[in-house]
Amino acid sequence: MRRLGALILALAALALPAAAQAADPRLVPDVSNRTIDIQYSFTGEELLLFGAILYPGQRLPDDRADIVVVLKGPVRPIVLREKQRVAGIWVNASSIRLRTSPGFYAIGSSRPIDKLVDERTAAIFELGLNNLSMSPSGFSEARKLERFETGLIDLYRRIGLFYENSAAVEISEGVLYRARIPVPARVPVGTYRAETYLISRGRVLAVASRDVQIRKAGFERFVALAAQRHGFLYGLTAVLLSLVLGWGASAIFRRR
Amino acid sequence: MLESAPLGRRNHVSGPMDLYLPVANLSVNALVIVLLGGGVGFLSGMFGVGGGFLTTPLLIFYGIPPTVAAASAATQVTGASVSGVMAHLERDGVDLRMGAVLVAGGLIGSLIGAGLFELLTAWGQIDTTINILYVVMLGSVGAIMGRESLGALRAAKSGLPAPARKRRHHPMVANLPLRWRFYRSGLYISPLAPLLLGMAVGILTMLLGVGGGFIMVPAMLYLLGMGTQVVVGTSLFQILFVTIATTMVHAMTTGAVDIVLAGLLLLGSVTGAQFGARFAQKVRPEYLRLALAAIVLLVALRMGIDLFIRPEEIYTVQ
Repeated sequence: MRRLGALILALAALALPAAAQAADPRLVPDVSNRTIDIQYSFTGEELLLFGAILYPGQRLPDDRADIVVVLKGPVRPIVLREKQRVAGIWVNASSIRLRTSPGFYAIGSSRPIDKLVDERTAAIFELGLNNLSMSPSGFSEARKLERFETGLIDLYRRIGLFYENSAAVEISEGVLYRARIPVPARVPVGTYRAETYLISRGRVLAVASRDVQIRKAGFERFVALAAQRHGFLYGLTAVLLSLVLGWGASAIFRRR
Repeated sequence: MLESAPLGRRNHVSGPMDLYLPVANLSVNALVIVLLGGGVGFLSGMFGVGGGFLTTPLLIFYGIPPTVAAASAATQVTGASVSGVMAHLERDGVDLRMGAVLVAGGLIGSLIGAGLFELLTAWGQIDTTINILYVVMLGSVGAIMGRESLGALRAAKSGLPAPARKRRHHPMVANLPLRWRFYRSGLYISPLAPLLLGMAVGILTMLLGVGGGFIMVPAMLYLLGMGTQVVVGTSLFQILFVTIATTMVHAMTTGAVDIVLAGLLLLGSVTGAQFGARFAQKVRPEYLRLALAAIVLLVALRMGIDLFIRPEEIYTVQ
């Protein structure tokens, strides 16, 4: 019985580091939109991640703490292909499979990540594009893996699905923080997690998160669902649309 | 579905004409797509072709994923060919028997095409295959057409009539077993020949989103030896039904038909086609054919160059 009690205590200490160290501050985070609806005119949006840092006794510490915000999209398995020159032409020659590649990842901070935490801590909390664990399946050599991951990060950065900004977070009066994260039009839909990290002297003092839903809405949702679930009816509608438009135009023009 | 950075849209600024495509999963400028459809429609009305061979590459250049581009272009070709088919039916310019055999072949072809599509996508070679097929087909058809129209122009200048081609089917076709009479085409040949032709074109329709008229018409003339008065009508007839079939097959397998994209293309192309048809009556047909050959060769050249230069994106996600 005593051993069990000790175990529970130990588990509680692991699960609630903030509770174990009563002096640690707390985060109260929020986001500007709990749901982002993708509709006909959707060309992307800016999500505002903001909140307050609550210090025990409402006393600000002497050295300033930093904030890191992360917006992470649903992970999914992908095949990443690499083009190489074969007999003069460029073809997909090599590929790897990544089982947990996030469809969207944005990180904003008040200072560059490498100035806030050491590499190990950054890797543990998956802070930064180079610290995403994408679970490659099958065996592939480390150098090839690194080359592919660099390629993916570069591609996704340019199309806005990966985003890194070490000046995105603005902290006012040491207690209020805000950060804008751009969400481009081609984001995958699903449940996103907006995470906030409070970091001081190389240590993560507090973590808090909020869920954000990104979904297609209205007509777009209807069309996307129809295309996925009712292929036959959807195809028939597309055919009818083209027949009516094609025939209609010629009928109108002939009358003139 | 493939994801790659859209070429022309890296520094995209949002504007009032932006429209989100629910299947392609990106937003495009609606006006650009309608104009693109209009331009292709103008050409297709002028030359009597479906225009899919222009729509698919142009959409890919614009940044639409190749699968969605091919599937939605096929839908657009349906709309572009329907009025032509009706006009030819009124004029009795369709060999319905021949058309039925071609369509049957086309249906088989589109199913084979769907299988190939899936296989090539799994291997990651669908884009390269689409590119190479375009270069080979458009390059050869464009070259043949260009040579012929240049010959016709030269003949017209020298005042002599162009050497008439003997209307006869190819010896390979004559060797096939089974013979049917196709009265409207003036033929007594094996139905296997048009069936195989229809199949080949059906595969291309599925993979490339082209109607295939630019292959069908020469093949009907020079391989099957069909009478000229029914060639265009019968080819359009096959295109209409096979593009309908590929739209259905795409909708049920790849799920890549974007109805919003197809609608925008159609809006442009059906009106463009009417103007194109009117314009065509004012220009000499030899010049029209020469111009079409030039356009076809340009598209082939552009796609050919793309194969050899280092692509902007080395990595793609699937």
